[in-house]
Amino acid sequence: MTKTCVTAQVIKHNIIAGDVWELVVVAPEIASNTRPGQFVHIRLAADTLDPLLRRPFSIADCDAAKGTLTLLYRVVGRGTELMTKLQPGNTINCMGPLGTGFNVSAERPLLVGGGMGLAPLLLLARAFCSRPATILMGGRNEQELFWPNLYASVCQNIHITSDDGSVGHHGFTVDLLPELLKQQKFDVIYACGPHVMLKGVAAIAAQYAVPCQVSLEDYMACGVGACLSCTCASTSGKRHKVCTDGPVFWAQEVVW
Amino acid sequence: MVNQDESMLAVNIAGIKMKTPVMTASGTFGFGLEYSDFVDLNQVGAIVVKGTTLAPKVGNSGRRIAETPAGMMNCIGLENPGVDEFITNTMPKLAAYQVPVIVNISGNTVEDYGELAARLDQSGIAGLEVNISCPNVKQGGLAFGTCPESASEVVREVKKKTSLPVIVKLSPNVTDVVLMAKAVEAAGADAISLINTLLGMAIDIKTWRPVLGNTVGGLSGPAVKPVAVRMVWQVAKAVKVPIIGMGGIMTAEDALEFILAGASAVAVGTANFVNPYVSVDVAEGIRDYLTKRGLTQVSDLVGKVNCG
Repeated sequence: MTKTCVTAQVIKHNIIAGDVWELVVVAPEIASNTRPGQFVHIRLAADTLDPLLRRPFSIADCDAAKGTLTLLYRVVGRGTELMTKLQPGNTINCMGPLGTGFNVSAERPLLVGGGMGLAPLLLLARAFCSRPATILMGGRNEQELFWPNLYASVCQNIHITSDDGSVGHHGFTVDLLPELLKQQKFDVIYACGPHVMLKGVAAIAAQYAVPCQVSLEDYMACGVGACLSCTCASTSGKRHKVCTDGPVFWAQEVVW
Repeated sequence: MVNQDESMLAVNIAGIKMKTPVMTASGTFGFGLEYSDFVDLNQVGAIVVKGTTLAPKVGNSGRRIAETPAGMMNCIGLENPGVDEFITNTMPKLAAYQVPVIVNISGNTVEDYGELAARLDQSGIAGLEVNISCPNVKQGGLAFGTCPESASEVVREVKKKTSLPVIVKLSPNVTDVVLMAKAVEAAGADAISLINTLLGMAIDIKTWRPVLGNTVGGLSGPAVKPVAVRMVWQVAKAVKVPIIGMGGIMTAEDALEFILAGASAVAVGTANFVNPYVSVDVAEGIRDYLTKRGLTQVSDLVGKVNCG
């Protein structure tokens, strides 16, 4: 059995920047077989009926030796608001690792992330350690772009864009992509971020004939392919489940 | 005493022999296989698989779930691969387990239901659950389950086409659930399951748009439990066929309420999403309760609520 459902103890929980938090929990059963792009489905308290459902979070880092998982999350609603109250020593319930992650076969990978989509790419970048990756990252403003510090040790080149021009290139993440693809030969693009960004990345990747993987997100209840809340059409005609067939898909499989 | 423990929880619902009285509700446990990494499917009372239609269905577009206070709403729209795919590819995998498999069937005409029953008759399943909460296209989309005559017609047609036990799943979105229960019993239902989801709606006050892609959806989870217990109690007093109670069961205590109200078996639904082990946990909790009370059979509790 590779998927498990375990009680995990919080060992670190702090604000990274603004409303983004870092949560580190001990879950050796999950940390020992997590692949980049997979996620955990968490429940804060075993006895609460409200909020009722689990919440999926991408795994931003894992350390099999220490048995730890790192989640980076932004406070966006009631679930994440309650999550901020967790203290070291508290426990949460974690189901995982769930989903199909990234194909890490690239020799010259280009990572493209927007906003919180940069969280799962961190673990991916680490997986490429012997083949240093390039990352193109974007966000609304300088305050949101605290990510270069996190990526400094795992990526060789970091390109930054911001919507308001307060840091890096003034514009959207995809604006810089054609230039990067012209300058350098990449064999796979790995993207995670808002749907509109992914759509743009997929189109440019197709134009430059570079294989591209995208990590999608959707509302989900079960996380294991049972409830069919998160299904989507695919170009093959087969219905895809974001939770099990994905969240990572080849861009050409996705009906944009 | 393993044998005694086993017989304590064993139930027979209209000929479907189950090791425990705890089933999984349709649409909340996929085809069972999705949960096999977490739960030993052989320890589940019975698996009621995802609502199945004659042809594959893609379901509704837009957002399909929304969390509500102590509950959730869904408008999946019966996405499923169709009955032939189930028979050819899914059932052979499920046959490897020692668990009764019940197929929940949905149609838009009386003939659809009959055809589904006929195709599934020799598929190796243990029984059928008829979802009568679907729109009847020949009656302008009014749900079969809201009209005693239409519901009876569906049940008679299904009974004609199958030798399998037929469970009829009642909708709570009716004025008088007892009327519906009596009608489907008279039409030949071998058992009755209730409740299906309660029709609900949520609105995003930022956008003034409905939260769900389908505008409305079915409410489930702990929020609906008191309504479900009340309906099970009312129906249990009015019919002789066994009842499968469901609606917001999260714990053994919840399940025991349904059993005391008159359910011979129960199903866990939304709770599967929250606790993948819930079907087994609830059965164990029922066993502990029986043991502590010095009872030997779960059936001893059925309908024992004392309303003075």
